[in-house]
Amino acid sequence: MLKKMSVLLLTGAVAMTMAGCGGGGNDSATTGSGGGSGDNTITMGFSQVGAESGWRTANTKSVQDSAKTAGIELKFSDAQQKQENQIKAIRSYIQQKVDVIAFSPVVESGWDTVLKEAQNAKIPVILTDRAVDSKDTSLYKTFLGSDFVEEGKKAGQWLVEEYKDSTDTVNIVELQGTTGSAPANDRKAGFAEVIGSDPKFKIIASQTGDFTRAKGKEVMEAFLKSNPDIDVLYAHNDDMGLGAIEAIEGAGKVPGKDIKIITVDAVKDGMQALADGKINFIVECSPLLGPQLMDLAKKVVAGEQVPARVVTEETTFTQEQAKEALPTRQY
Amino acid sequence: MTAPTGRPPMTGADPAEPGTGADPSVTVARSGSSEAAPETAATDPAAATGTTDTAAAPTATAAARPGRKAGLTAVIGHRLFWPGVVLALLLLANVLFTPGFLSIQMKDGHLYGSLVDIARFGAPLILVAVGMTLVIATGGIDLSVGSVVAISGALSCLWISGLGDQQDVGGVLVAVGLALGLSLVLGLWNGFLVAGFGIQPIIATLILMVAGRGLAQLITDGQIITINSSPYKLIGGGYWLTLPFGIIVVAAVLAITAFLTRRLALGLLIESVGGNATASRLAGIRSRGLIITVYAFCALCAGIAGLMISSNVSSADGNNAGLWIELDAILAVVIGGTSLVGGRFSLGGTVLGALVIQTLTTTIYSVGIPPETTLLFKALVVTVVCLLQSPAFREKVFHRRGRRPGASPTSADPKVKVPA
Repeated sequence: MLKKMSVLLLTGAVAMTMAGCGGGGNDSATTGSGGGSGDNTITMGFSQVGAESGWRTANTKSVQDSAKTAGIELKFSDAQQKQENQIKAIRSYIQQKVDVIAFSPVVESGWDTVLKEAQNAKIPVILTDRAVDSKDTSLYKTFLGSDFVEEGKKAGQWLVEEYKDSTDTVNIVELQGTTGSAPANDRKAGFAEVIGSDPKFKIIASQTGDFTRAKGKEVMEAFLKSNPDIDVLYAHNDDMGLGAIEAIEGAGKVPGKDIKIITVDAVKDGMQALADGKINFIVECSPLLGPQLMDLAKKVVAGEQVPARVVTEETTFTQEQAKEALPTRQY
Repeated sequence: MTAPTGRPPMTGADPAEPGTGADPSVTVARSGSSEAAPETAATDPAAATGTTDTAAAPTATAAARPGRKAGLTAVIGHRLFWPGVVLALLLLANVLFTPGFLSIQMKDGHLYGSLVDIARFGAPLILVAVGMTLVIATGGIDLSVGSVVAISGALSCLWISGLGDQQDVGGVLVAVGLALGLSLVLGLWNGFLVAGFGIQPIIATLILMVAGRGLAQLITDGQIITINSSPYKLIGGGYWLTLPFGIIVVAAVLAITAFLTRRLALGLLIESVGGNATASRLAGIRSRGLIITVYAFCALCAGIAGLMISSNVSSADGNNAGLWIELDAILAVVIGGTSLVGGRFSLGGTVLGALVIQTLTTTIYSVGIPPETTLLFKALVVTVVCLLQSPAFREKVFHRRGRRPGASPTSADPKVKVPA
């Protein structure tokens, strides 16, 4: 009785959430089969990391919208930042015999088993946005996403350029993304590589802010107390930077002036802060990879060869560029 | 009366309230046994452990260790002594790494400093943990608090984002009212599942823990809702009379809770339900209503915490707000010396426990422990606190030599195992 009841309730809850985010998915399904070629409709299982930031939400929307446009039936699941949820989702896609599986891995490691299962079931896998560290690259067809090391380098290059005339020590604090995630590892590595060439740049504190505003604020508050002399903040995403801005303002300092801020992503809230002068530089990490993903999915299902690495097109923004770009910003 | 030596921290009456907890609950147990609950712990000596222990031990100790020594052991034996020591050590470690750690200054008309931060960021945890304490005192547990935190923040931010003027105090109050109302409903739901249908608390609240996150995401439509409302900002991120507003809220909730449970009979009733629900019912206590009330209160506390968390960053994040806070809250309750078995609780201990956890988090940031080892470090400290809280461990390590047979806690040990 007890068990039945909880199962019933859970199913209800799951159904409710599915209805919540699957509105677009249903429509695309009907258009697909409405074309009279039910067999040809591609079904894609997509496992998203979560909705931890505005970036991720834009990414989700891009995937959902472009699936609709491309006539691909999308089965979407949200892993809520947990690898076990994602593995479960992928297993369920394998059972449902979808045509192609795409997912953004929560963390880099630990995917071999489930990817092998997909391979055995002859379902091609596309990685989006984040990579896995699996040695066997035949486990997935292609990896579509940004080059996070490059993003870290771009951030570092701006900093080197900004302080090229100065010989004083530059004290940097870093807000890392989720520990163990590819963007956190790579953005840290790329940044460290570029600034490492000059000993005046010192990372005096580095801590994870889990890519969220709340954590970004909390960690920055502690940084401000323990390190009175911070020149630069490098945050691995906009949201942590936005949280940190609140902390900096709370400490009576001026973000963008007293403490220079570099972030990655360029979501709307971040761009607004950049235009307002609170952030100094944003490296774009475009979430709008939906169209490219659908394109690749069609090719992979058709058995065509695709390059093993597809990089999304991205740029960087200074404060002036942000003011220009802001009105037309999609996300 | 101070806490007697050798009395394990998890039994006996709250030292702050001499005697109150113990005597009447024994009466309850007795009346139970005289009626129809022979299989329960109501058979007198076991249920009375708390009292006999409290009553007997001080006489024994007082006789054995006169004067200063008795005072010292009383302090060391106090259930809040070891968590207090750990808190002091953590603060000390911070002072060593960050010389100005303890300094508090005025900045922009409010207090500013690491200690203020600890209290401010710890405020939501304290609230959730206080609610959790009462639930645990009834022998239950509430796993759904994290989800309630997310739902409450999501609903209020959604309402505020729909307001024409986000600075409108009236609109913000409506949002707060709606969020707390929904939290209360969710708590009642938990309470009904537990008390009305007899579902085990861990399962009953697990339902809402899982479904609640989904509900929060449904409310926010999977997005992060960003708002710009200064009245709302006050709740978790603002200051009033130089103090962080969140701390004032916590102080108020604590004062009300302490008054209701320690000055009125409510705390006693909760403890007796937790100690022996059947006996309490037979003694005429409406345990069902009491349990429902406690779950509703716990959810209300979580709801307020949710408002604070979302207000602090002016945004609602259905996914991450309050994630794992239930575990931290349970930990805080346990560090504070409240037994998970139920029947006894200590609000002061819970607050101390929550502060230990928050200080630990802040320490990790300011000392600069690498993120990869953060969890391990946390686990180590928590393990140390729990070991220090364990009478058996302390007995083995600290009291090996020089203990007197009369005051030996081992003689009390078998009795302790029986939930009072």
